[in-house]
Parts: sequence; C-alpha cells; structure tokens
Amino acid sequence: MRDPKHPKLWTVLFAIVAVAYLFPILLVLINSFKGKVFVSSEPFALPNAETFVGLENYITGIAKTDFLSSFGWSLVITIGSAFLILLCTSMTAWWIVRTDNRFAKSLYIVFLFNLVVPFQMVMFTLSWLTDYLGLGNPFGLWIVYLGFGAGLAVFIFTGFVKGIPTEIEEAATIDGCGPVRTFFLVVLPIMKPAVITVAILEVMWLWNDYLLPYLTLDMRKYKTVPIAVQYLKGGYGTVDMGAMMGVLVLAMIPVIIFYLFSQKHIIKGVVAGAVKG
Amino acid sequence: MYRSLKRWWWLFTGPTIAAFIIGFVAPFALGVYLSFTKFTTVTKSRWVGLDNYARLLSDDTFLHSLWYTAAFALVTTVVINVVAFAVAYMLVKKFKGSNLYRSVFFMPNLIGGIVLGYVWLLLLNGILGHWARSITYSATYGFWGLVILVCWQQIGYMMVIYIAGLQSIPGELIESAEVDGATPRQTLRSVIIPLVMPSITVCTFLTITNGFKLFDQNLALTNGAPSRQSELLALNIYNTFYGRTGFEGVGQAKAVIFLIIVAAISLLQNRFARSKEA
Repeated sequence: MRDPKHPKLWTVLFAIVAVAYLFPILLVLINSFKGKVFVSSEPFALPNAETFVGLENYITGIAKTDFLSSFGWSLVITIGSAFLILLCTSMTAWWIVRTDNRFAKSLYIVFLFNLVVPFQMVMFTLSWLTDYLGLGNPFGLWIVYLGFGAGLAVFIFTGFVKGIPTEIEEAATIDGCGPVRTFFLVVLPIMKPAVITVAILEVMWLWNDYLLPYLTLDMRKYKTVPIAVQYLKGGYGTVDMGAMMGVLVLAMIPVIIFYLFSQKHIIKGVVAGAVKG
Repeated sequence: MYRSLKRWWWLFTGPTIAAFIIGFVAPFALGVYLSFTKFTTVTKSRWVGLDNYARLLSDDTFLHSLWYTAAFALVTTVVINVVAFAVAYMLVKKFKGSNLYRSVFFMPNLIGGIVLGYVWLLLLNGILGHWARSITYSATYGFWGLVILVCWQQIGYMMVIYIAGLQSIPGELIESAEVDGATPRQTLRSVIIPLVMPSITVCTFLTITNGFKLFDQNLALTNGAPSRQSELLALNIYNTFYGRTGFEGVGQAKAVIFLIIVAAISLLQNRFARSKEA
C-alpha cells in the first residue's frame, strides 16, 4: 500500500491511540502500589506520600494466593500438555494424510467435530471422568488436554502435511527408513513452521484456561494462575483490592515478557492458524 | 512405504485416540445421554426423555441469556471487524512505528480472560464511581462493559489477520486502479474488499463463535449480576450445573442446545464463506 501523505502526523496519532490502548494495564500497575482503600476510592490518582505502600500489595498477594506454587503448576501443565499435543497430534496428522483409508477419513471428521463443540457440553461429564480415572492432577491434565485440544492441532497439521511432496519421504524409505524414522528424521523437521504455529495457539489457550483445570484439579493441592486470581475474589465478603492489583500485575508480567521476546512468531503463528482455520 | 505405515497405526494414532476418548468422545456421548435423564451424579441417573428440554424452555434465565448472548455476539462481531479492518487498513501504510503499534494492539490477547476481567473491573468501576454506580448496577452496564472489554481484547487479533490479507494483495492491482482514475473509496470497495473476503469470513467466524463461547471475562467482570441479568449462555449453563441442585439434567440439555447453536453457526458460516470465495 501507498505511504500516507503526512507520515509524521500518523506516527503521532497512533502513538496517542497506543498509549490509550494500554491504559487499562497501566492503571492496574499504578494502583498496585497504593493502599487497598485507595484503589477503590481514587483509582485514577497517582500514588502519593499518603497512598504509596511500596511492595506491600505484592507480598500479601503472593502470600494469600500461594502465587509461586500456582505459577509452577501453570508451567508444568502448559509445557507438558503442549509438548504432548505437538508430539502426538503431528504423528496422527501425518498418518491420517498418508494412509488416507476409511479409518483415517472418519478419524479426521471426528477431530473436526471436536473443533465446534463448546466446553460446556462436556464440562460435567469430563470432570467426573477425570476424577474417576484419577487424572485430577497436573500430570493427568496432560492427557485431558491432549484429548480436548487434539481437534485444532490435528486440523492445522493435516492442512500442512497435505502440502508436503511425498518424494522426500519415499526417498527416505528407499534408503531403508521405516515409518517411525521417516517421520522423526524427515517429516517432523519439515513440519517445523506448523509445529511453531500450533505450539503458539495451544500455549495461549493452556496458560490462560480457567474452567477445565478448575473443574478437574483438586483445589486443595493445585491451583493455576487464573484460578489463583479468581480465588482472591473468593466468597469472604470484601476483596483486598491492593492484593488483587499486585496479583494481576504478577499474572501479566510473564506473559508480556514472553510476548516481547517472541511477538514475531506469535503474530505469524496466529495468521498461519487463521488461514488454515 | 504407505502399506507398512498402516501397520503402525497404534503408534501414530494410538495415544491421540486414547486421550481423545477420555477427553472428548466419552464425556460427549455421556453428556448427550445424561441430557435425557434426571441425575445428581453421573452414576445416578433416571431416564426422563425430553423432560429436561421442556423445562429449559420455561427457564426465564436461559431464554434471557440466549437473547443477551445473541445481541452480544452481533454487536461485538460488527464492532471488532469494522474497527480491526480500519486499523489494519491504516497500519499497512508504511510510517514510523507501524510495526510497533501492531504489537501493541495485539498484546491483550496474550493475557487470560479472568485477568482481563479484573483489569477492566477496576477501570469501569472507577469511571462509573463518579456517578456512584458500578458495573453491576444493571444488565445494560454489564452488556456494554463486556462489549468494551472484548472489543479491546480481540481487535488486535483480527487486525493481524486483516493485515496479512491486505498485504497479500498485489500492489500492481491497486496502482492500476489508481491509474484508471478510481478514487480511494472506489478502490476500497471494488478492489480491496473483494480480495480480502477470505480474511473477512475467517474473522467474522472467529468473532461470532468467540462471542457465543465467552465465559471467563463474563465471570470476572459481572458474574451475571445483578440477579443473573448479565449472564451469557456459557455462564448460564455453568450456574445451572453448579448453582442449583436438581437441575443438572436441565444444565446438560442446555449444553446440547448450546452446541447445536454453535455448530449451526459454524456450518452456515462455512457454507456462506465457500459460496463467496468460489
């Protein structure tokens, strides 16, 4: 597209819009340094000598929610589930495309159906089943997430595999590779762009998911970050708004740092996912 | 090679299928069955036929949340797509910082729905506090509060998809339209919009289904207050399951209806998209 007529004006205009866009996040950051009473009574004021409390909100927030252990469990669940999803569904997708028999086709259709089913449909029965099978812990969730998240991953991977020419794989077979070695030594490296796409979409979902872990995990032992935030709201009458602000900032910081380092991949991944989806 | 591949089905598809049965197929089948029963736990159920479906029709909270959600999905779909397209249209022009602004507008999507809900609760209640009111004052406040939150969150996501669509248009096409004397508006309407149609269909699909499935933000921002008036469908189903004993079957029946609505939208959208792109 053509360059704008007054590029400087556009830069200034967008700079103002961007700051306004980030204002909600900045507001939480500002309020995280104010005493809990002042968060509600004067949310838009900057901290001053009277209202400034330093890191007190962060300390009470971490203590009240056991934030560090929630953060750890969120990491365990997200990394483990994402790894399992990438490994298993990429294999399944390749098998579906290359085998292409009736079984493979019907399998693909069932995975497609998984894409349109909202979580509420399986909410009650899934939480019962995970409990029944003893999967209600962070490691059991790896399997549950592989199951419920398989649809999207298989869909994107099959779309990608269809575009890979079979000659390279055939050459590998002639050189004596079996299906397993062909997949891991030849196909998987070719699938790298799709793997990054799926990894991004799944991690965004897994890290932020609230309801599935809330309904399946044993809440006395394990909480994830979104659950810790929601627990702070609790049922005990007034919310400690100061601690809430501290925890919100703590919940956002890692995500924002992660984004700053990998934004190019994230944006590319989202676009690639949308084009396939 | 492909003949031998068939024999490896257990390794390539086995783990995924096993997990898929646990995480999806079994709970889904069981869920459909339970929607025709009266139950308190999964193992204690009694067949009641269509009774649950009849009861949800007389459930005012469900009918209200159905309309509330439909209106919400409609408003957010229109606003998000119009604004996202406009921002994308401006950001594909090269000026200083246009890449940076792209990153800024996308960022809210990385932050979870629960956290976003409480971020906006602070801001919206802060503003409404000037009139001594809060977001839970009425369902209308809750509605527009949620609309603002969701637009703020998703505009960046759709913008990124629109930018990709706009960048895939060959520059010569737009130049030749200009050489032929087309005004910018004519170029937009007759050249650009038809060519980004695939992006438009993807984005409308995503925004409609996101609108219908929205849960976390609703829970954090209003939790349905006042008196379940700002409850979207997903939250209404959740509250039927876990808030009212004896209504589990009705909750499951609601979930089936919910699935049918979302699936129907997906199908219609898909058919419409194909007819436009062909």
